[in-house]
Amino acid sequence: MSIIEPIIFFSALGLGAGVLLAAASKIFYVKTDERVEKISAALPGINCGACGFSGCEGYASAVVNEGAALNLCKTGGAEAAAAISEVMGVDAGESVPEKAVVRCKGDCEAATVKYDFEGVKSCAAAEIFYSGFKKCTSGCLGLGDCIKVCPQGAISIKGGIAVVDERKCVGCGICVRECPNGLIAVRPVTNKVDYNCMSKDSAKNTLAACKNGCIGCRQCERVCPEHAVKVENNHAEVDYMLCTSCGKCAGVCKRRVISVR
Amino acid sequence: MKELVMILIGASLINNVVLSQFMGICAFLGTSKQLKSSVGMGLAVVFVMFFASLVTYPVYILLGRIDAQYLKTVAFILVIALFVQLAEMAIKRFIPPLYKSLGVYLPLITTNCAVLGAAITNVDKKYTLAQSLVNSLGTGLGFTLALVLFAGVRIRLETSDIPETFKGVPATLVAAAIVSLSFMGFAGIV
Repeated sequence: MSIIEPIIFFSALGLGAGVLLAAASKIFYVKTDERVEKISAALPGINCGACGFSGCEGYASAVVNEGAALNLCKTGGAEAAAAISEVMGVDAGESVPEKAVVRCKGDCEAATVKYDFEGVKSCAAAEIFYSGFKKCTSGCLGLGDCIKVCPQGAISIKGGIAVVDERKCVGCGICVRECPNGLIAVRPVTNKVDYNCMSKDSAKNTLAACKNGCIGCRQCERVCPEHAVKVENNHAEVDYMLCTSCGKCAGVCKRRVISVR
Repeated sequence: MKELVMILIGASLINNVVLSQFMGICAFLGTSKQLKSSVGMGLAVVFVMFFASLVTYPVYILLGRIDAQYLKTVAFILVIALFVQLAEMAIKRFIPPLYKSLGVYLPLITTNCAVLGAAITNVDKKYTLAQSLVNSLGTGLGFTLALVLFAGVRIRLETSDIPETFKGVPATLVAAAIVSLSFMGFAGIV
């Protein structure tokens, strides 16, 4: 038995495979713009989808090929926008980082429970069953559907309601789509005032359901010097474009709905 | 012809590569999270297995000529790696989303023992070329079937209330064992 023949055989096999692969790489060559690769490298790479494209690579190719705006990456913020503008040679425009907030203060102490829920541990499932187990039909159910989708692990349950850790949150907004009650909002970090109740029930019902619920008393609307607060359907809402974060509304709110960071 | 059908059924159901022979578990557990990626992974493995056995057949005969059958594992792995590379290029070119969702598991088909297992089975049982092709096709289809079935099971697992200690991998392995038990029902058909 000789060692020569196997050596020749394997060399031939390897050479044949190499030639075939070289040919295939020419045939299946994927043409990529080098700018796409550079932008991809500058992006955070967590594929959160907050920009509206399929992942970071999708956004990078959209910037180069479809002329998408340069400041859409919320996770990367100003840093990523600057890097992209450097690659593209265009001014990026302003990019304010955003953070998610769960707009409910109805924790275990404050909210009244309607029935004991023992089904699948999911807000969506509980919501189907008589609009959830809390007396307030718009409150946070605290079963963590938002936690499951958060790519940063920024959300946790504290006292029966979901709370966002601002240091971890990148403002991608995936949780916004997940909450069956639409409680989560993404707002710019420059705004310091949050209105933490989404209940549109009458004052009487809200009083019975939750200690921290908005009853639509209009104190905040009256005190606001910028007329940024509007109370409609027993529910106060702030216009972030007008709000100057003065915090006067938080001072007059008797129901602890408004918080200032 | 009857024999070929028997080989096909035997390879895909009775001796299912994942659930009866316990080969290719890594890819089985890794890519069965979503139905879509499991179908893609299964078809990629079918492609690689089929063409690998098409090429390993003459390679093994040539190895026999120079009296070097003991090198079959090395030769087979080389051929498999070639087809994995080809499959990877083709998927990257034509189905980029699938390329992304398969991720690292696509190049890992190279070391997927199910593929090598099919090639080795072909030579161990002294199959002819047609029989080899049918056997590897059946093995690949069996692998796809196992993946798709298990993807369905895992979707149910996601929403079930599992004790804290069993969450994640333990529950998945227990579920895999139960699915595997159900495939024991095919034993003795042929």
